[in-house]
Amino acid sequence: MADRLRDKIERGQLVVTAEMPVIDGGGIDDVRYQLAFMAEYLDAVNATDNAAAHAHCSPLALSLAIKQCGMEPIMQLVCRDRNRLALQAEIVGAAMHGITNVCCLTGDDVTAGDEPEARRVFDLDSIQLVAMANAIAAGTYLSGRTITPAPDLFIGAVENPGAPPYDYRVRRAFKKVRAGARYLQLQISFEAERLDAFMAEAVATGLAEKAAILPSILLVRGAGALKFVNANVPGIVVPADMIARVEAAADQQQACEDEAFALARRALDTPGVAGLHLISFRRDAGIAALCRRLEVGTRSERESRGDHHLLRV
Amino acid sequence: MSLVSALEHAVKKPVFGCQMCGQCVLHSTGMTCPMTCPKTLRNGPCGGVRENGHCEVKPEMRCVWVNAVTRSATLPMLPRRWRDEIDDVRAPVDNRLKGTSSWRNLITGRDKATPVGWPDDGHG
Repeated sequence: MADRLRDKIERGQLVVTAEMPVIDGGGIDDVRYQLAFMAEYLDAVNATDNAAAHAHCSPLALSLAIKQCGMEPIMQLVCRDRNRLALQAEIVGAAMHGITNVCCLTGDDVTAGDEPEARRVFDLDSIQLVAMANAIAAGTYLSGRTITPAPDLFIGAVENPGAPPYDYRVRRAFKKVRAGARYLQLQISFEAERLDAFMAEAVATGLAEKAAILPSILLVRGAGALKFVNANVPGIVVPADMIARVEAAADQQQACEDEAFALARRALDTPGVAGLHLISFRRDAGIAALCRRLEVGTRSERESRGDHHLLRV
Repeated sequence: MSLVSALEHAVKKPVFGCQMCGQCVLHSTGMTCPMTCPKTLRNGPCGGVRENGHCEVKPEMRCVWVNAVTRSATLPMLPRRWRDEIDDVRAPVDNRLKGTSSWRNLITGRDKATPVGWPDDGHG
C-alpha cells in the first residue's frame, strides 16, 4: 500500500513504526535481514541520518533499500551535516523515488559522535527544515523556483519530552506543527512521568489532534546499555532505580524487556498517543516479541480489524 | 566593518555575546542571543539539553534556550508582544548579513527579507 503511514494517521488508526538499525557494510541483504525480524508488525521504518553523529549509509540510500524490501520508509534528515541546498536536493531526490515520508530533526552535535573534529553545519534548524520541506511540498524551493509537479510529501518531526525546558516542549512541538509537521516521533523516554506531562499538555492544547504523536521505546540487552545511554546519548535520562532493578535481575535481558513493555503499555494507554516508535539495539527479534506482548497485532491484523485508535480532525 | 557595525558590536558583544549575524532577534528571545547556541538554533532548544539545563555541546554552559524561555517570561519591562514572539517561527539566517549592523538592517527593513519560497505562514 502506498502512503500507508499517512493513510493510517489521517484515519486515526494505530501506527507502529521502528528505527532501522544503522547499516554500514552488508548491502541490501543486511537491510532485508534486519527488517525480517520486525517487518510484519510495522507500518513504516525510519532510515536515520548519521545517527548519534556517526557516519553510516545515507538515509536516502537506506530508504531506497527499505522500499526495495517492500516496506515503507521514513527518511530522517538532520541539520548537522548539510546546508539548505543539500537538504532540498535530498528531499526532491527522495521524492523522485517515491520516498515521501520525511522526518526533520536538529541532530546530535558532532561532539556526540566519533568524529568530533568535523565541522557542524546547522545552516537551518529543525523547524526551518520542516517549513522548507513544506514549501517543497507546495511546489517551490526556498528560492521561490517552482517544482512541477510538487512532490506529495508527508512531513514529520521529533520532540523530546524528557529534556529541559520541560514546560516549553509542547510549545516547540506546536511550532513544528505550524511549520507543517503532521506527526511527531518523540525522543526515547525512560521517564514515564515526563511523557505523561507532555501528553496531558499536548491533549489540552490540541497538539495531539493536529499531529500524530508517537512515543519511542528503546530495547536493550542489559544494565550496561542503559548506563551507556544515560551517560552518552544527549537528552535521554535513564532513572537510577530502573538501572538498579535491571542490574539486580537474574536475567537482565528479560528485565529490560519488562521495563520496555511497562513503558510501552503505559504510553499506548495515554490519551492522545497515536502509536509507538520502537528502537532496538539488539539486532534480533526483540521488537516483534514486544509487539506480541503488547497485543498490537501484526500490520495485516490491524488492517483487517480496521479499528480506530483515535479520532483525528 | 563600518562605523555603525563597530559601534553595535562594541555595545552588544559584552552584554549579549553578540555574534553580529546582522538580523537581531534578541527582543523576541528574552534578550538572549540564539547565535550563542553552538547549533545556532533560532527557534528553540534542541533535544539534547542536559537534565541540569546545561548545553549538550558545552556542559559548563547553561542552555541558551533554557535562558531564553525563562527570560522571555520573567524579564521585567519586556513588552507583552515581545514575550509572545518567542513562539514565532523565525526564518533561516541570511548569511550575507553576517558582520553587518542589525541596527541599520532594522531601519532599512533588510533584516525582515526572507527567501521568496519561505512560506508566509512560516512567520508564525
